[in-house]
Amino acid sequence: MNAVILSGLLGVVMLFASFLFQTKEPVRITAIAGTLLLLIANVLESKGIHFFSINTSGFLNFGYYSLFFNSIAIFATLIFFLISSKDMQKVGGHYAEYFALIFFILTGIFLVTSFTNLLMLFIGIEIISIPLYILTGAAKKDLKSNEAALKYFLMGSFSTGIMLMGITLIYGATGTFDIDKMNLVALEKSHLITAGLFMLLFSMCFKVSIAPFHFWTPDVYDGAPNVFTSFMATIVKVGIFIGFIHLFNTAFDKVTIQWKVWMAVMAALTLFIGNITAVFQQSVKRMLAYSSISQAGFMLFALVAMNATSYEGLIIYSLAYCLATIGVFGVISKMTDYSFEGFNGLAKHQPLVALCVTICMLSLAGIPLSAGFLAKFYMLKALIETGGYLWLVIFGVIMAAVSAYYYFRLIQAMYFKEGPNNFTQIAAGEKYVLVAICILIVFVGVFPNIIFNWLYF
Amino acid sequence: MIALLLILVPLLSGLATFLLKKEEQVRTWSLLAAIITFIIAILGVAVYNAPACWTFKAQWMGLLNSSFSLKGDGMGILLCMLTAFSYPIIFLATWTTAYKKANNFFGLMLLTQAGMMGVFLAMDALLFYFFWELALIPIYFICSQWGGEKRIAVTFKFFVYTFLGSLLMLIGILYVYSKTAGNSFDITAFYTATLSPKEQAWLFWLFFVAFAVKMPIFPFHTWQPDTYQQAPTAGTMVLSALMVKMGVMGLLRWLLPVLPVASYSWGDTVSTMAVIGIVYASLIAMQQDDMKRLVAYSSIAHIGLMCVAVFAEDKSSIEGVLIQMFSHGINILGMWIVVEIIERKFGTTKISALGGIAQKAPALTFFFIIIAFANIALPLTNAFIGEFMMFNGILGSKVTQYGIPLMATAGLGVILGAVYTLKMGRRVFFGTTNALTEKGTDIAFHEKAILTIIIVTILVIGIYPQPLLNSVEEISQSILKHSDVLYLLKKH
Repeated sequence: MNAVILSGLLGVVMLFASFLFQTKEPVRITAIAGTLLLLIANVLESKGIHFFSINTSGFLNFGYYSLFFNSIAIFATLIFFLISSKDMQKVGGHYAEYFALIFFILTGIFLVTSFTNLLMLFIGIEIISIPLYILTGAAKKDLKSNEAALKYFLMGSFSTGIMLMGITLIYGATGTFDIDKMNLVALEKSHLITAGLFMLLFSMCFKVSIAPFHFWTPDVYDGAPNVFTSFMATIVKVGIFIGFIHLFNTAFDKVTIQWKVWMAVMAALTLFIGNITAVFQQSVKRMLAYSSISQAGFMLFALVAMNATSYEGLIIYSLAYCLATIGVFGVISKMTDYSFEGFNGLAKHQPLVALCVTICMLSLAGIPLSAGFLAKFYMLKALIETGGYLWLVIFGVIMAAVSAYYYFRLIQAMYFKEGPNNFTQIAAGEKYVLVAICILIVFVGVFPNIIFNWLYF
Repeated sequence: MIALLLILVPLLSGLATFLLKKEEQVRTWSLLAAIITFIIAILGVAVYNAPACWTFKAQWMGLLNSSFSLKGDGMGILLCMLTAFSYPIIFLATWTTAYKKANNFFGLMLLTQAGMMGVFLAMDALLFYFFWELALIPIYFICSQWGGEKRIAVTFKFFVYTFLGSLLMLIGILYVYSKTAGNSFDITAFYTATLSPKEQAWLFWLFFVAFAVKMPIFPFHTWQPDTYQQAPTAGTMVLSALMVKMGVMGLLRWLLPVLPVASYSWGDTVSTMAVIGIVYASLIAMQQDDMKRLVAYSSIAHIGLMCVAVFAEDKSSIEGVLIQMFSHGINILGMWIVVEIIERKFGTTKISALGGIAQKAPALTFFFIIIAFANIALPLTNAFIGEFMMFNGILGSKVTQYGIPLMATAGLGVILGAVYTLKMGRRVFFGTTNALTEKGTDIAFHEKAILTIIIVTILVIGIYPQPLLNSVEEISQSILKHSDVLYLLKKH
């Protein structure tokens, strides 16, 4: 509860910050300090210290797992602020409001990861979505950004409608919104349940950009300002994934309706479309948009497998994927030309930055000694333990090999090709953050036990 | 402790190399590191050769039941020796080759060494996988940054092949892991995993593809000639002398004992592929006009023979493979050194552009001829022992009915090997000199010294192979015990 209320309050504080402060520096410092506070409050809550005691009437349940994930989400946001908050100035004049919106999104994420009531899930998703529509269109004078926002809004509200319809149907069949109490197994013959389940499945898939509901993703990620793409492709996406697995594990795991097969097919389709399309991209930003689709396909393995390993796996996947993607976007925001050619020869002009991007890319590709390897490893392990989806496992690794093509293309551009310097200034602090990200990626890759010790003990 | 040091010394010195600035410093430092590693390996064989010195175990990923477990068995020690021995030679042989950003080059070389040592010593499947990839990444950068004109595309092909292979192996590892008692990545748990013959049948290919790409076995070899040609020679030396052994070792340690039934039932298929590869590669080698490509194809043929011998599962053939792994490493290293010297002196490796080098460089010619004899496994050279034992084992194999045809076809490869190796020698070193080779000079002192070390090793092993044979006896019996299908059938 600490984090939900605090982040809501911080959002309001940031709204007023634009009146209070004349310059941008204090705004940024307030936001970063606020995030740090949020992180501390959330960690304290997971250790049993509650600042607020509010009766949620069983609508929300802050279990250790969701709190732990929330800590990761806040931590990732902190890193995101540290590396990208300066670049937010380039987007437009409403600097403080952007922070406010991001805090509101965080509130939504906390609701989505801890809901026990379908209404809370819906409200959480809406709290995430609406600020995201605004952030996507934040570059008001940029036509692409406007187009992306409109597209996102239309498609997003349509899918939210479907989700609401699904919730209603399930309510109609069971008479409750509470996913713990709905006892679907007894009622599963009802067509309402089947229809409701698939509506929920498809709308959740839309939110995390699973094919064939992914069409909005490349355009929106490409059109949105770089900094916000970084945020929505990482923290928002993995947050909704946690809600996704929570919903399907608690409510639908025991029903005999074959949704897992659908999910497996969609995972395969997502991997295929995401990876194959990413191969043909000329812009690194667009490549990352497709790569985020394919990574979502891998994360979907956790839902197909649905066992203890999937939960562990999603945690480590979230961390690995967020760190690497935020790192790369942090660099992209500082490039004047973010096509692959723009990165040519970066290793010569900015050796340290190039090294960091390389480590992030290796992590995304899933090379051992990086967190990304363990993330993929856990997904494969989960699926193999479940048994019966070996075809998906093999297809997954073939697609992982394809993904190496476009990740390494960036490495090749930076190291083995010559080109002019397209890199604008990077502040020393941001450089340290970038290095810290890489150290963390390698550290988690070598000693994943640290993470799991926190999770379990 | 020895086992850990063999990984740590190259790893840490490699990381330190990145920080050095001057090229001279870098070279000396990395040569020093390589020599220290070699001394440690020698000490490990000669002085601290108790099993306890070669064992190291530490907690790593407790929740996954994976530990940082290293152990030098006969095969591991032999291959570590080969790696430790080769590195100073490689550094010395390419002493005068200039590299841009030498610190990165030598740093990556040492990291590769650390990775390979880890592969040879890891006794935990996950750790093995980690090192397997750790060895790949630095060599990928070495070949793409310092190679020839087409290096980027060629090296990337190599990378994707190996990466896909190792990912498939990862599935295999995970599957076996899920079938072990109490879910453990430890090698003994892998050896006792309960896998039905049907499961083994498909698991076999997941593992085999990874190893076959590395070795390489026909038809997974297409990356190899291009990569060998385009890579900087030091990189090629590492690839051909050491890295291919990772594949052979994988077969012996992680395939035969883990999936004995499948190794038995797929053995003939794989041997057939390997034999096709031997003849095919030998025929292509005869047509090559480029020394690098010729040596590359000859390597495919040699490795193919090892693969046939592995799946013959006979005591003599397995011992032969183990010895041949060492000998092949030495011989091909010698070959590459000669090729590199010629390339540096004359700026080309085209056989048709060279000729009559013997008149200008008699010492080089002398060394080349000995190495060439070793390459075609003439008696009194090291390769003879290994090849003889392998053929003996293939012929007497109890697991295949096709011992004679396999041996005959593989034997054809040996004859063809003599043809192309000697033909290359004749056309490059003898005959009349041309405008290019007219200006040739003989090799310098340090090159003579290195090549002397190589041929002394060749001859010593060729004449007195007993210590080597003793060192591999125990491990080959252990491999055979674990992979003995008849024994396993009786047990169940």
